[in-house]
Amino acid sequence: MENPNPAPFKLNAVGLSKKDYDGAPSTLCKGCGHNSIASQVVQVGFELNLRPHEIIKLSGIGCSSKSPAYFLGMSHGFNALHGRMPSVATGALLANHTLRAIGVSGDGDTGNIGLGQFKHLLRRNVRMVYIVENNGVYGLTKGQFSATAEEGLTLKYAGRNEFPPVDLCMEAIIAGCGFVARSFAGDAKQVRELLKAALSHRGTALLDIISPCVAFNNEDDSPKSYGYGTKHEKPLHELGFIPYAEEISIEPLEPGEFRTVRLHDGSLISLRNLDNDYDPTNKLAALERLQRAQETGEFITGLIYYNPDRPSLAEVEGLSTPLAQLSAEQLRPSRTALEQFLQAYR
Amino acid sequence: MSVLERQQETPLTPHKPNKPIVNDFSLVFATANGTGSQTANLTLLRSFFKMGIPVHGKNIFPSNIQGLPTWYHIRVSHEGYIALRPSEILVAFNPATAAEDLQELPTGGVCIYNADLKNLPQRDDIVYYPVPVSQLISGVEVPVKRKPYIANMTYVGVVAWMLGVPLEVVEEALGAQFGYRQNLAESNMQVVRRAHAWASEHLCKQDPYHLEPMNKTEGLIMMTGNEAGALGAVFGGVSVAAWYPITPSTSFMDALREFLSKLRRDENGKPTYAVIQAEDELAAVGIVLGAGWAGARALTATSGPGISLMAEFVSYGYFAEIPAVIWDIQRVGPSTGLPTRTSQGDVCFVYTLGHGDTKHPILFPSSIEECFEFGWRSLDLAEQLQTPVFVLSDLDLGMNNWMGKPFDYPSQPLQRGKVLGTEELEALGGFARYKDVDGDGIPYRTLPGTPHPLAAYFTRGSGHNEQAQYSERADDWERNMARLARKFETARGLVPAPAIDHNPSAKVGIIAYGTTRYAIEEARDRLARQLPTSFLRLRALPINQQVREFVAAHERVYVIELNRDGQMHSILQAEMPTYAARLRSIAHLDGLPLTAQWVQARLLQEEANG
Repeated sequence: MENPNPAPFKLNAVGLSKKDYDGAPSTLCKGCGHNSIASQVVQVGFELNLRPHEIIKLSGIGCSSKSPAYFLGMSHGFNALHGRMPSVATGALLANHTLRAIGVSGDGDTGNIGLGQFKHLLRRNVRMVYIVENNGVYGLTKGQFSATAEEGLTLKYAGRNEFPPVDLCMEAIIAGCGFVARSFAGDAKQVRELLKAALSHRGTALLDIISPCVAFNNEDDSPKSYGYGTKHEKPLHELGFIPYAEEISIEPLEPGEFRTVRLHDGSLISLRNLDNDYDPTNKLAALERLQRAQETGEFITGLIYYNPDRPSLAEVEGLSTPLAQLSAEQLRPSRTALEQFLQAYR
Repeated sequence: MSVLERQQETPLTPHKPNKPIVNDFSLVFATANGTGSQTANLTLLRSFFKMGIPVHGKNIFPSNIQGLPTWYHIRVSHEGYIALRPSEILVAFNPATAAEDLQELPTGGVCIYNADLKNLPQRDDIVYYPVPVSQLISGVEVPVKRKPYIANMTYVGVVAWMLGVPLEVVEEALGAQFGYRQNLAESNMQVVRRAHAWASEHLCKQDPYHLEPMNKTEGLIMMTGNEAGALGAVFGGVSVAAWYPITPSTSFMDALREFLSKLRRDENGKPTYAVIQAEDELAAVGIVLGAGWAGARALTATSGPGISLMAEFVSYGYFAEIPAVIWDIQRVGPSTGLPTRTSQGDVCFVYTLGHGDTKHPILFPSSIEECFEFGWRSLDLAEQLQTPVFVLSDLDLGMNNWMGKPFDYPSQPLQRGKVLGTEELEALGGFARYKDVDGDGIPYRTLPGTPHPLAAYFTRGSGHNEQAQYSERADDWERNMARLARKFETARGLVPAPAIDHNPSAKVGIIAYGTTRYAIEEARDRLARQLPTSFLRLRALPINQQVREFVAAHERVYVIELNRDGQMHSILQAEMPTYAARLRSIAHLDGLPLTAQWVQARLLQEEANG
């Protein structure tokens, strides 16, 4: 591909500069967590040598869903309906399963209006990265609670939240998702490494990223604020992503302290344990750990659950040539086929 | 002799068969749902068809798996009329409705009844034939659980005896019903033979109804509208389909899956399609739009309540300009209204489905040939116009078996619309997604995955300018909406033109669409001398100039349709305000297909009222 933004910028292996992965300037609030996530997508695109035309980016409605406009300007984008990005992504990836998809949603978009489509996307295991920029409030309509807000949380506009939160990571595990991670927009390195690993996953990879809303939910005592997150984030492990193409040499470390997980495309993720030998491949342990964190108010982050066994939707459907690239002959059966077919109806 | 004239004749008296009535009468089979009567009914329908007699069957069935009453109507007509009409011959196999069904028989009618039925009212102006069902099925070797299903085969044998249908024709028709399950076909045929033999021995023919072989179905096929539409879609290259089950569209998707699996595999036997059962209609149409956006031909099939759920996405698809095909197999009412009855009730709703200045092309098939043709053509139109395209069928067309000519292979190559590839982008030096380059309102698009740095654009429901950039500017909004209106004008010339039968001596015109044509065509023939009419059958919206000219050429034009408020009538009045006063509505909805008698009576009544 020809590079429309040639040097002086440093170029990656596909001849693009980091700037080539930018999108339009953000119209979100200054300091919004979503902006730092968008910049990590830009960074990851550059570092992983992604070809922008092989990516599609999708979103629903809300502050979060504006953000695909702010990264990967050379990729096709689809800003869908509120809570309905999963179905559009499913259709697009059936039409062309060789595309890689990055979806961005919010806690209202996913946990409230879109909970049904979210869970069915995970059931079908559509191969895509599904980022939830989770701040517990509705921004564009000025501060109502979303379904992920903590029970008992009090906000200036919304008052007191009387209902228990929907934990999107737990919902994802129960729905059969094989890549479930939680992170914090303030932890750029972890977001980046998780994003890279998520792009290598076989099916849907969920990144539930706590992304503070500076306008409506950023008091230090709120669990979804910068102050709280910075102070209380408790990573389960230190993460490192090792792309498949690179030479892999891992220094042996003390057992129980370090583990590597091989991702579907052959790349590796290294996990240095920080939390009592947490095992992200154990489904029940993952659910138990999330439940405990909710009860104690711990802010755990990292790769919470990983299982690459389930095939993606495209694999289940047995697709080979992308359906969007079939020839006219492949699309329309022959005249003889029609005549033969109609014999049975005479 | 017309149907009405005959009905007004001196009543036939039993035991004295009047002049034989050949190939021109109707039968109704009253059974309980879920007893396998559909197999028996279709066997008879196919038998008549194989005898070369024009025939059509309509299933009036309940929203229920087992137990509620079902009526299957078969009309044979040597003249080729196939609209619903009252039946002279009743097969009374449902105790729950037998008394009422019997009262509806005209004088001279026939009642074939299950001899186990108690307290059947006696009329002295009709012929009765008992069928000793228990006796006839005892000892037949079928699995116990299939026993109830073979009971209905007894009336197949008795009807075959009564009308003179050769048993080998019945056997052939029955074999087609069971397909590969030949052992079941054999045990069912055994019951038919027994019943036929019993009737020959114990019954004396006292009625005037006969079937005689003709050659009027030679070369024809018989299929449901849903099957024909699905087959058309396969020959239109549909590659992604998503749906949520809803009567009466479910059989469309069942057929589509079956046909795709037979006709659309690559050289390694791998499917070149995907069909997804979605979690609801929102997701179904979302999947279709996602696929259409990414370059695959995609469709969904649903009915009225499903259309409601699709409204937000369809509105989006209109505005973001994404190809999609939506089949609406119309049924009656909201929610579960009358889910197994037919209607043309979604016309207004669908035409402008969405929020704010939306309008959509709609195709109206009236036959299995048109279901097939619109099956592929709708996919062409959706990509040519880059917009959701609706096909409005109905339960009557979709779920019943209709005669038709073998389908014509598509007359034109696939029309993929204005899609720019890498070379065009290189030559043009880029593109503006929503710019009207050609003056027809249709912009150019690119597909995700196109390897060119200038291929990408951002699809959104938000206001946008020609470059697909976010815009809240008043002039951008207005310019874009004006272009979309221009595109709709282009659609007028692309959608199927109306079918017109212009009678130069007629002052009165009729406009209709879809399956009401059969009752209307019959009524026009009956009225040919008394009230000559011209007929324009709309095959699509938006209308073209021919519709305007047709209305201009007649003093009065009746718009006949199957809904309460005259939906197409109001659309046509809005499209042709200068002719609004000439357009008169004849609208009716009780869940049943129109009859010619009703159309005839209403036309005369309207004309008498001036």
